[in-house]
Amino acid sequence: MSVAGQPILDPVLAPPFPKAALTVLRDVQLRKNVAHATDVIQAKRARLVAEKPDWQALRASASQIRDEALDNLGSYLEQFEAQCTARGGAVHWAADAAEARAIILGILKEENASEVIKIKTMTSAEIQLNPYLQAAGVKVFETDLAEIILQLGELEPSHIVVPALHVNRSQVREIFARTMGLSDLSDDPQALTAAARHYLRRKFLEIPTAIGGANFLIAETGAVAVVESEGNGRMCLTLPRTLITLAGIEKILPRYNDLEVMLQVLARSATGERMNPYTSLWTGVTPGDGPERFHVLLLDNGRSAIRARERERQTLRCIRCGACLNACPVYRQTGGHAYGSVYPGPIGAILTPQLTGMKHAQSLPYASSLCGVCYEVCPVKINIPEILIDLRAQVTDQERKKAARLFDPMYLGMRVANLLFSRAWLFHWAQWMSRIGSKVFTRKDGWIHSLPGMGGEWTQTRDLRGLPKQTFHAWWKQRKQASR
Amino acid sequence: MRASLFITCYNDTLFPETGRAVVALLERLGVELDFHPAQTCCGQMHANTGFRAEAFSQAKRLVRLYRDSENVVIPSSSCVAMIRDQYPGLFEELGNEQLRGEFRALVPRVYELSEFLIDRLGVEEVGAYFPHRVTYHASCHGLRGLNLGDRPLKLLAKVRGMELVPLPNLERCCGFGGTFSVKNGDVSSAMLAVKLEDVLQTGAEFCTALDNSCLMHLGGAMHRQFAGMRTIHMAQILASTEQMPAEVAG
Repeated sequence: MSVAGQPILDPVLAPPFPKAALTVLRDVQLRKNVAHATDVIQAKRARLVAEKPDWQALRASASQIRDEALDNLGSYLEQFEAQCTARGGAVHWAADAAEARAIILGILKEENASEVIKIKTMTSAEIQLNPYLQAAGVKVFETDLAEIILQLGELEPSHIVVPALHVNRSQVREIFARTMGLSDLSDDPQALTAAARHYLRRKFLEIPTAIGGANFLIAETGAVAVVESEGNGRMCLTLPRTLITLAGIEKILPRYNDLEVMLQVLARSATGERMNPYTSLWTGVTPGDGPERFHVLLLDNGRSAIRARERERQTLRCIRCGACLNACPVYRQTGGHAYGSVYPGPIGAILTPQLTGMKHAQSLPYASSLCGVCYEVCPVKINIPEILIDLRAQVTDQERKKAARLFDPMYLGMRVANLLFSRAWLFHWAQWMSRIGSKVFTRKDGWIHSLPGMGGEWTQTRDLRGLPKQTFHAWWKQRKQASR
Repeated sequence: MRASLFITCYNDTLFPETGRAVVALLERLGVELDFHPAQTCCGQMHANTGFRAEAFSQAKRLVRLYRDSENVVIPSSSCVAMIRDQYPGLFEELGNEQLRGEFRALVPRVYELSEFLIDRLGVEEVGAYFPHRVTYHASCHGLRGLNLGDRPLKLLAKVRGMELVPLPNLERCCGFGGTFSVKNGDVSSAMLAVKLEDVLQTGAEFCTALDNSCLMHLGGAMHRQFAGMRTIHMAQILASTEQMPAEVAG
């Protein structure tokens, strides 16, 4: 879907990962920006995790809390709804993106709102809210620094925590200078933030309607928690007359006390800080303090279907810290855009295909070398490699039924390999055939420099040593006979 | 002590010198080795590419082949990780109770080479001599899959004549990833370029590891680039002595 002609990270339209990645790999500046930024965040995280002797216990506890919430999701959501409503909030339920967008536009129309300020929320990017609202005549102003950069520069987010991570400060300077009319702006970080402050201040004071997300929803009390670094969130949460919170149904935590664990692991994992600078918690509405009208929109959009699958349910434990993106050696090369989704990196590779019911983004489960570092850094212990492999199996099970796959080199090769591995004599015969067959490709130096077909993907950058004259098992057999 | 060698399909086909080194090393340490001629593959390639039924048929084959072995030694971390991490799920989904029982009985007796030397045989000094400058690459499956920790470095530290140069960013993947290297050949190559920069910067003569898959990847790029460094499986370093220096191919 493309609303108002804007380019959107859309898993339905996105090219397959290998193709999209190739475009990014040729962008040397972008790769440098991504590698530098992720290296910096990762080093900070590593330092702060190392200072917690109970880090593994915290991870275990965080993953248990998330599992408890997911296992009893229905009753906790109802509890949240009852508590939030009792304290003056209005709770709405949306089954999918279209319903969520319509509900939000409906509220804005009731408010006669022609402008809205926003706190960074990936869920709104997931439902492609901004282009929809703009097309309906509502002006949307992002207030998070990174989101301002993207909005003014007409760029796409590439990371779930630091969405403008692929943009460096000289590029930020260019965007601000051009769109804010500040031709003598320097690329000094302080000057850039001052420009953003100036741009934002009027928006905060003049626009009485805000849309935000939630890091956590507390079932016990009906409270909503938002953590942030810039204070723009706090401005959006306290100044406007009307506040709309859009949250995925999986954001629920059973108890207020669970925040003790979750906030510790989140800040350390996300930004490499002991505590994030601003943590806002509010419950319903309080007369004379903060928004007068408060709406919470609980979004499903494929989450119930993920929850229903026993092995994949752990995907929904995710607290969107982005640690797996920062640690991933694939993401480090490609950045976020190659994933064709607002959720990139290892978590995106498992989340995006599942959110689309495995109908789209089928190349994403293969966009990983299965190195396992994502699982190692995940604060809620999502076994991403295990899920990647499981999703690959689902893709294979779907695809292999299709007639077109009968002679597809990969599918044919896998079936033949299975036959060869089923009998040692067949395997040994295939080894002999491979050696004979590879002779034509083997150069005088004993190495293969170029192969046809899929082998060419290997030899584009790597040589392959020619097949040795004697396999190990043949050597063993000869040795045994000689010793008799 | 008796042990069965599972050489793995790609070591059998592409790196027989690694197998010969394992034999020389373990026999020198007094292990009575046997080799089951019917062995083929552990099923890792099929499992990681999403072909569960095929992976299961190879897993079943492997468990039946080795159910009577006292110990199984495998000179490949990723194949050991396949057995420990993926077989339980495959047998749970596709196997029967008898097979699950046979697997549970076998799995504690399956060892990666450095685990077998240190945990089972209790040796760190294996009598090796390898007078070269070497850097060690920790494969992802050895590092995070098997948690080999400092076992490989303990073994390498005792090799006489060898200078061990630490590799920066040790925890970073080389970009091989099995079929990832051809399905995502461009990204894989970009990851390899980053890893190779670190490896070559050590100025070592050899890069060693416990997985020939990573070494095939790194070595293939070294050869392509005339990089002046070669790869060697750790078994070949540990088997090397003054009288019988390591066979180095390529």
